[in-house]
Amino acid sequence: MEQAAEKAIITVVGKDTIGIIAKVSAYLSENHVNILDISQTIVSGFFNMMMIVDVRVMEKSFTDCQKDLDEIGAQLGVSIKCQREEIFEKMHRI
Amino acid sequence: MINIWEVNETNKMVEQENLDVRTITIGISLLECIDSDLKKLNENIYRRITAVAKDLAKIGEKIENEFGIPIVNKRIAVTPIALVGGAACRTPEDFVTIADTLDRAAEAVGANLIGGYSALVSKGMTKADEMLIRSIPMALCQTGRVCSSVNLASTKTGINMDAVRLMGEILLEVAERSKDRDSVDCMKLVVFCNAPDDNPFMAGAFHGVTEADAIINVGVSGPGVVKTALEKVRGENFEVLCETIKKTAFKVTRVGQLVAQEASRMLGIPFGIIDLSLAPTPAIGDSVADILCEIGLEYAGAPGTTAALAMLNDQVKKGGVMASSYVGGLSGAFIPVSEDQGMIDAVTAGAITLEKLEAMTCVCSVGLDMIAIPGDTKATTISGMIADEMALGMVNQKTTAARLIPVIGKGVGDTVEFGGLFGYAPIMPVNRFSCDDFINRKGRIPAPIHSFKN
Repeated sequence: MEQAAEKAIITVVGKDTIGIIAKVSAYLSENHVNILDISQTIVSGFFNMMMIVDVRVMEKSFTDCQKDLDEIGAQLGVSIKCQREEIFEKMHRI
Repeated sequence: MINIWEVNETNKMVEQENLDVRTITIGISLLECIDSDLKKLNENIYRRITAVAKDLAKIGEKIENEFGIPIVNKRIAVTPIALVGGAACRTPEDFVTIADTLDRAAEAVGANLIGGYSALVSKGMTKADEMLIRSIPMALCQTGRVCSSVNLASTKTGINMDAVRLMGEILLEVAERSKDRDSVDCMKLVVFCNAPDDNPFMAGAFHGVTEADAIINVGVSGPGVVKTALEKVRGENFEVLCETIKKTAFKVTRVGQLVAQEASRMLGIPFGIIDLSLAPTPAIGDSVADILCEIGLEYAGAPGTTAALAMLNDQVKKGGVMASSYVGGLSGAFIPVSEDQGMIDAVTAGAITLEKLEAMTCVCSVGLDMIAIPGDTKATTISGMIADEMALGMVNQKTTAARLIPVIGKGVGDTVEFGGLFGYAPIMPVNRFSCDDFINRKGRIPAPIHSFKN
């Protein structure tokens, strides 16, 4: 487990299809990742979702989680990214 | 909490606008390695660098993955080798053994480049300084990752014209030794006026003697991000223009600050500075010249270029300074020719000349950078160009530099390929009138007066 990383941002971008949220959240719950917030929108025809999650008690390493999500993304035909929250926080908040 | 639009904005900067961290550079003091025995000195240097920087590549990659921000280069800067090797080296060849050691150490830890094969001679040269300078052609030709820099002048000391003359000859020798590869080794050599001690960018990075044992310095980039932001304010007044640049520079710099702090924590090495430079690459949409065009010039080099660049540079600093706890290095817009597609286009179109580039270096960081010139340019002419650039830095109390590439066997009209991030460059014409008698005078130009500013 990564020490300082508590919150992470998961983004899903791609063609809308059935079960994207279901599949991602199932994976997160299996790995003890708590979802804090979800927002979703359609940007120029593309499914666009962001989740803020708490990875404090996640059992896997951050890198493994990224790899798994990558695979799930490939199965669903969308791109899934998982990044630590600080990069967004630092850039958009003083 | 962060919202989806902010997340998308950040990711778009990375994915579409070439936002990246250009370099994490570990500065390492080698003063503790000094020994009068050359073999022992080399062993000490290798051991010290590979111990301090052993996790550099691994941690760089980890940060890249966790934050989703590319870190293009992982580099090392060391204490100027003329100081470190002075006690052990009796000949220029002795110094070359240190260059080899630096090269091996950089390779062992996965660093792209290692800087600090340097001498600081702004007022005078010691025997060691001169030997190091004379060893530069051999050292650069024999190694792949070693970068060299020489500080020839400063506002406080004036210009060491003996060293300026010598560097003209050395540069041609470096060009000659790598003539079968378009004189590319010249890319790894830069001369400075007022060289900063904490510059993370190559070829000029070295770990100054004013620095601690080890330090992390980070250089950010992001010309593409600024350009894209300015596309949205076309035709607006200068106030809006400047505010947009400042806000964008703030965001870009915050990423650098975050990366620097994380790298510092993970490596257990203190954070030094963020270098606020807008550093271009030859990738489309990663160009400082394109920003100048977006501001309203047909090509970089058109009348108004110096003013536009001065404004850009100042706004980048104003936005960046607030985003970081410590700012240093070169901090400003870089205007290399070969590494910036917009600059290459400007040269090809005949919009920009060496003289205009020289004027531009008065208002932005660095100087005549990555400029290919004809291979038959005389050493004294090169020294004259260097002296001009040094004078700009000396009088204006700023850092200036020259990284010129005389391409042996090529002339105006030819193009030279450097490959990868270094890009390509059309060879630029150089003023053909002589400055021999000026350059051949011995001694130094005195420091300028610091009053009566006009």
